Amino acid sequence: MSTALSLAAIGGVSVATLGIGMFGLRISRTTSDFYVASRAVSPRWNAAAISGEYLSAASFLGVAGLILAQGVDALWFSVGYTVGYLMLLFFIAAPLRRSGVYTLPDFAEARFESTLVRLICSVLVFGIGTLYMLPQLQGAGLTLATIVGAPTWVGAILVVVIVVTNVAAGGMRSITFVQAFQYWLKLTALATPIFVILIAWRAGHHPDVRVLDSLKGTGSHWARPLSTAPGREHPLYSTYSLLLALCFGVMGLPHVLVRFYANPDGRAARRTTVVVLGLLGIFYLFPPIYAVLGRAITPDLIPAGSDSVVLQLPGRIFGGVLGDLLGALVAAGAFAAFLSTASGLTISIAGVLVQDILGPRLPRLANSDRGTVQSFRLASVLAVCVPFFVWRFTGSLSLADSVGLTFAVAASTFCPMLLLGIWWRRVSTVGAAAGLIVGGCTAIGAVLVNDLVPPIHGWLGTLIAQPAAWTMPLAFATVIVVSKLWPGSIPAGTERSMIRLHLPESVRRDNVRP
Amino acid sequence: MPVADPVPPDRVETPRRVRVTRTTSPSPTARRQSSRLATVEIVEQARIDDIQVTSLIKAQFRLALQMVASLVVGLGGLPLMFALVPATRTYRILQVPLPWLLLGFVVYPLTYLAGRLYVNRAERVEDAFSEYIARR
Repeated sequence: MSTALSLAAIGGVSVATLGIGMFGLRISRTTSDFYVASRAVSPRWNAAAISGEYLSAASFLGVAGLILAQGVDALWFSVGYTVGYLMLLFFIAAPLRRSGVYTLPDFAEARFESTLVRLICSVLVFGIGTLYMLPQLQGAGLTLATIVGAPTWVGAILVVVIVVTNVAAGGMRSITFVQAFQYWLKLTALATPIFVILIAWRAGHHPDVRVLDSLKGTGSHWARPLSTAPGREHPLYSTYSLLLALCFGVMGLPHVLVRFYANPDGRAARRTTVVVLGLLGIFYLFPPIYAVLGRAITPDLIPAGSDSVVLQLPGRIFGGVLGDLLGALVAAGAFAAFLSTASGLTISIAGVLVQDILGPRLPRLANSDRGTVQSFRLASVLAVCVPFFVWRFTGSLSLADSVGLTFAVAASTFCPMLLLGIWWRRVSTVGAAAGLIVGGCTAIGAVLVNDLVPPIHGWLGTLIAQPAAWTMPLAFATVIVVSKLWPGSIPAGTERSMIRLHLPESVRRDNVRP
Repeated sequence: MPVADPVPPDRVETPRRVRVTRTTSPSPTARRQSSRLATVEIVEQARIDDIQVTSLIKAQFRLALQMVASLVVGLGGLPLMFALVPATRTYRILQVPLPWLLLGFVVYPLTYLAGRLYVNRAERVEDAFSEYIARR
């Protein structure tokens, strides 16, 4: 792999991201510009923007790496990442847009009329955002380590610096166009090498391996589902628990939900989600192809570092300039993935830090009375540095595994709050708070045990490695039972909230954007 | 609420840049009251009563549950099928094993179609509701 070419590609993506962040935002200056621009966004653009922000290091590198290491069972990751949007579509897309709020703490406060529930949500946004940032940093470190052999912290520092500069300079959140472009860049970077390989093979440049032999799986666990390879017990439970976490975790990702506000109304929010389903489906066709090719051509990556298969494969198949060019393209796509997801997460985390967690303390820390802009800058530094230090001092799971656990936390906290809050009138404020606390403590506890304690064997270990199947029902049960026991704290405005969430815009006479 | 701009267009200064980080502008209580007022207005103007809203919510929820139920059977049934019928784990179509074909390819177009189907049906529920309100 040509180091210079790949570094140039990564540099190009970084400079482009910074440039657009600094100069592009000048176009939209006021709050109302932000909304008006949002109104003009068509479902197609918005869907590409959602996909661009959503497809992270775990999707770009992690899925192929995990399939290479674990085989067909890891295909459930990409399936779950996609089907999660189907759940979001069925249950929350239109009502959330109609609620008129665009962050999870805002929704919690409006629906449950409680600043305490809001605060719990803010802490959870901070926790989930931090957890989700870890694989982005790890992926960036891995990419630079693969290309130039730098220590892993170099790539992570690079992402930290770019994201902080970018967010502090203006952020990329409100520019739908940039995020939409990121989707097409990632898809192009992932798909082009595969098409080039296919064309080369048709022209007769076939390597001396039979690729499909790996799928025939002579005696191997790799090609068969529900594998019981060493270190993996109770595969049926694990598969279902993972699927549950991914399907119901998507709706709890703070940086994804914000984008739904850019839809003009509830119907557009639904249509946007359908386009997202299509875009993700196209993207996820490619990681398994990398894994199958990698199994045949780069089997040496399997014992350690299978996450780098997407980066290494083009160079291993083609020598010379073609391999260098394709390698550089893939590296650029990977960096686009870290930057877009990390920026979205940083803005979400910095937002809750400024408004709810640090609140009035921040301006004093920033030693400035200029208010929120300075605070927001300081908060964005914190929002990236905290994950960086957490990442340096904890064991590193594989990319897709650590994202899977983050989804389990989201599925056990925000999912019950949103689903019951939108569809059940008798949720009480105490019930919602209790569900968030119980779901959050159990799921985050499981993540900590996974990260800090040596592997546990038997059923206990499996339950902790894949917690969603018990933490999510537990959280739902807590909300329901506590709401029934203390019905006194059912919010007074529940009826009106329900009307607001579910009434189609065509019936509403006000047509006011809240 | 859209308010006519009192300043003539040629005298409008470039507005100061602001950062949009949350929904509320003044205080949470003020917003809650104003949103409550807006909602009261909607309900009174359209003369929609709670029973109609309840029936709309129920219809939408039933639709969502139907979709989830078919998903549970179709997608959720796959691990169980692999577990109970071991032959399906190695069965091959055009050289590709069935699990790879299903999870690597077939799932995605079906997911997309399920989304389209849901949107059509959800919009039909809403249209019927709007028509009913308009006719009265």
